[in-house]
Formats: sequence, structure tokens, C-alpha cells
Amino acid sequence: MIFVENENYNINDDTHYNMDKSAISLKNLCKLFQGVQAVDCVNLEIETGELFGLLGPNGAGKSTIIKMLTTMLRPSSGTASILGHDIIQERDAVRSCIGVVFQDATLDKKLTGKENLDFHAQLYGLDRDVRRRRIDEILELVDLRDKADVMVENYSGGMQRRLAIARGLIHHPRVLFLDEPTLGLDAQTRRSIWEYIKELNVREDMTIVLTTHYMEEADHLCKRVAIIDHGKIIALNSPQELKNSVGPDTIIMQIKYCNELFLASLSSFSEIMAFDASEGQIVLQVDDAQSRIPQVIIEACMNRVTVISVRAVEPTLEDVFLKFTGRSIREGENTGDLTTKKCLQRMGS
Amino acid sequence: MRLCLYAVSSIWKRDMLRLSRQKSRLLGSLFAPFFLLAFLGLGFRRVDLLPGMDTNYLSFLTPGMMGMTLLSASNATSFFLLLDREVGFLKEIMVTPISRLSIILGRAAVGITNAMIQSLILLLAGLVMGMKLSGPAGFLFALVFIILIASTFIGLGLSLASFMKDTFSFGLILNFILYPFLFLSGALYPVDRFPSYMAPLAYMNPLTYGIDGLRYSLLGTNSFNPALDLSVMAISCVVMLSLGAYLFEISEVE
Repeated sequence: MIFVENENYNINDDTHYNMDKSAISLKNLCKLFQGVQAVDCVNLEIETGELFGLLGPNGAGKSTIIKMLTTMLRPSSGTASILGHDIIQERDAVRSCIGVVFQDATLDKKLTGKENLDFHAQLYGLDRDVRRRRIDEILELVDLRDKADVMVENYSGGMQRRLAIARGLIHHPRVLFLDEPTLGLDAQTRRSIWEYIKELNVREDMTIVLTTHYMEEADHLCKRVAIIDHGKIIALNSPQELKNSVGPDTIIMQIKYCNELFLASLSSFSEIMAFDASEGQIVLQVDDAQSRIPQVIIEACMNRVTVISVRAVEPTLEDVFLKFTGRSIREGENTGDLTTKKCLQRMGS
Repeated sequence: MRLCLYAVSSIWKRDMLRLSRQKSRLLGSLFAPFFLLAFLGLGFRRVDLLPGMDTNYLSFLTPGMMGMTLLSASNATSFFLLLDREVGFLKEIMVTPISRLSIILGRAAVGITNAMIQSLILLLAGLVMGMKLSGPAGFLFALVFIILIASTFIGLGLSLASFMKDTFSFGLILNFILYPFLFLSGALYPVDRFPSYMAPLAYMNPLTYGIDGLRYSLLGTNSFNPALDLSVMAISCVVMLSLGAYLFEISEVE
């Protein structure tokens, strides 16, 4: 099975972004840990109001980038600026316009949800009335109002994560960093946090940068994604463009009574780039699986072929990662045959 | 500056709230000094062990045990700061625009409050067991010494904490510090009774002057000039606290 590679993709195609529009700009940002290049000369511009994702396996350097941008770590060389403030020279200015939710966000378990938020709001110098109003507003937003006076040690994992996000938002930051926002959460909580992040981005026009090693998360949420591996950006584009760069979609049909006429008519379709027929199954490679399915089914009916099932398989960001690195994003996982694996994934989900 | 004070008070309020929910933490370092006071103080009460001492032994011992309480309560402060760093709570405070210094000052304020409460509980226990106070003015003067002793040892704890990244080994180290400082301070018997080879060590120990100052304030007996006590404690408080704050601050930058 051969995927046609789209060679038009260019890593540096973000140069057309106007510098003035950049909320965050990284210039040759590097970080060395005991001689190991954790972040390797990263250049990146993130637009104001963008929902941007850093995607990569564990240990790729995503969190290190976030730590440097949030002034928690000093870069080994290079620098970055957030809303025009340099992360090395103007740390306090950077700190007052950003909100951060760390991967291992730590709340004070001996305080109630409300007290946690109040404490954090005080550190930003907000006065009592503003604090009270914002806490009410934000607890409503993360749906924790009825738990406001419950001690955090009695919160579930999802509730704690929501409270941690609320804490990162209490001072209305213009740029929000989320480090693995849904790590270890169940599917339902993850969905609701996704919706919430999207809403924030749109409603508050907040620039959001998130790191994740979940493909679906980056795909579902982000306007643009940078795929990071070994401290370098190896691909940068919208999720759709990235997936298009991998190759065509696949249609998998289970059929009965296959005949030569049907196969001949399929080969005359210009949209079908390749096909492979075997016992009761036809695998087609097409430009856009969703819109080609009706045509293929009509063709099958006209040739008196019975279609049992049709399944469309589109490339995922996982395949993008595979394409650029030659390995799967989850280390140690056997990559195997791409189609079988994708089918298995589909069946599993 | 205003923001800094505001942050210090926020950190203080947060910890007081925690403290009020964890009563055991409040009383944690009280047990050892309390039992020492009860057993030594009551046991030796009738024995005129130390000629030249114009009060009974229990009265003499109480300020010494208050010193011990202050020492361990101050050590606990840096232990909790280290614990905050280990669990990551410190990081959450670090991303806010407040200064590093106000984090340390806030924590020092918490430690001083905690140490003060504990030493006053111990003083109360001493009074119940039969200690005699010299007067109310002396009590206020004692509060000054309490604050100076607590700040000095919070400073020392912070300096050590900046070299130790591991919370549990730090907890062990603190015990090694506690007893030499305590025994070489005249907490149990007057410094002039020390063997000659040990006396210099006692004179180098700031706690010696702190306890002597407490004793002067509460009982009216003293080994040194109270002005010397006060100035030694004031200097060591400023030096240790700034050193601790400085070292802890630079240890945060990776």
C-alpha cells in the first residue's frame, strides 16, 4: 500500500504572519539539560487569539518550552516574548499577563475551592469586590459552584483539574498556557474540558497554548499544531493540512458477489488513486473518502454487487507524526500495517 | 511595595487558615519541650542544684524550653516551604507577579506566628506548674525576644533548605541542628557552669543570648547584659533572615 506524499508542505510557511499580530514569539529558544538538548533552537510565532497546540511524545520538550515561556526556567540561549514582553528581561510583566495550568497542577488540598481561588487572586493584587465577583463567575463557568465550599481533598480528579484551570483564569490573562490539560481524565470530563477551552478561546479572545500527546485533542481543539520531537519542531500547520500532507483517505468496503465489471468500472474513476481487491474486501485510496462513498456505492449497485459495509479511514495526526519521524508517537508501540492498525483503532473507539 | 505587603499578608492568611485546620501541626513541636519541662522542672524542683540561681529550677527552665520550642517551630517553617516546593505548590505561586522575597517573608511571618503561639502555650504550662513571672512589662519584652529568636532560626532553616532538595533528608538534618543549639545555649543550666572547653561554643550560639534575654524579661535573672542580648539577637536575626532569603531565592533559579 503506497501513500502518495504531498511534497508541497513547508515547515517555514508561517513567515507570512504579521509580527505585530504575534502574541508569542520564540527566537532560537534553546534549553540544555546536562548537555542534552531538551529544546533545540525553536523559532515560532503564535498569533493573538490563536488556539495553538504543541504535540509530541513524552519527553519531546513541550513542557520545557512552556516552563521557559512562563518564566519558570531560564533558556540556555535564545529568547521569547509574550505580548511584546521579553521572558528574560521582563519577567514580572510576562507573569502578570499570563495564566498557567501545569501538568501536575497543585491545589491546596486543605483549603476549599473558593479559598484556593481567593488566595491566587490575592497574589495578583485584585481587591475584595473584584475577587468575589470573579470567583462566582469562574466557578459557574467550570461548573463547580455547588462545590465552592468543599475542601479540595474531597474533589475528584476532574473537579480538581477544572479548579486548576479556573485558578489559571482568575486574573483574566490574555495568554493561557495549558500543559497536558486532560492528562489522566476520563473521556467525558475530557470532552467537557475541550468544549470549555474552545469557548474561552472564542468568547474571551484569549490566546491559548496547550501541550498534549493525545492526537485527538490537538486535532479537535487546535487551529494550528506544531509537532515536536527531540526538542525540534518537525511540522507546523493546521491539523487538516498536516493530515492532508500524509496522503489520501482510504475507503474499506465489505462486499458480496464481486465481479470483474465492478472492478473495471472502479479503475476508470479518476478520483480513485489505487485500489486493492481481495476476498470480499475492497480497499480504495481516494482524495476525500466522505464525498466519494456515494459514488462508489452507486457503482456497486449498478454492477449488482452487494455492499455489506463501508468504512472511511482518514489519516490522523498519528500518521503525520509517523511520516515525519518514522515511528509512532507512543514509544515502544508496534507500528505494523497502517490500515489494519487504523481499522483496529476505529473498531476500538 | 504595597503589592509585596499585600502578598505577604495573603500568604500569611492562607497558612493560618491551614494551620487552623491542622491542629496537630500547630502543636507538633510542643511535645518534647513540654515533657522536658514537666519531668526536669518538677523533678529537680526541690533540689538546690545550682547555687547562685535566685529562682527555682522550673522557672529557670521554662525560658530555656521556650527557646527549644521556638527552635523546632522555626525549623518546621522551612520544612513546610520545602514540602511546598516538592509538591509543586511553590511553582503555582512563582508564576504570579509577586516577588520571591514576599513569598519568603510571608512564610517567615507564618513561622513567627506559629513559634510565638507555641512558646506562649509552653509559658502557660510553666506558669501552671509554678513558675513565677517578674511583671507584665517583662512579658512584652519577652515577645520581642521570641520574634528575634524565631526569625534567626527561620533564616538558618531557609539557608539549609536551599542546599537540600530532598525534603526527608532535610527533616533528619533539622534534628541534628536542634540538639547542639539547644544544649549549647544555657537552656538547661547557666552558661557560666559550662566546662571551659564548651563555653566558647555557647558564646557563639545566638540562642544563648536569646534565652538569656527571655529569662531576663520573664524572671529578672540574667548572665549577660540585656542590651548585649538584644543587640546580638537583632544582628543575628537580620543577618540570618537576609542570608536565608538570599540563598533560597537563588536556589530557585535553575
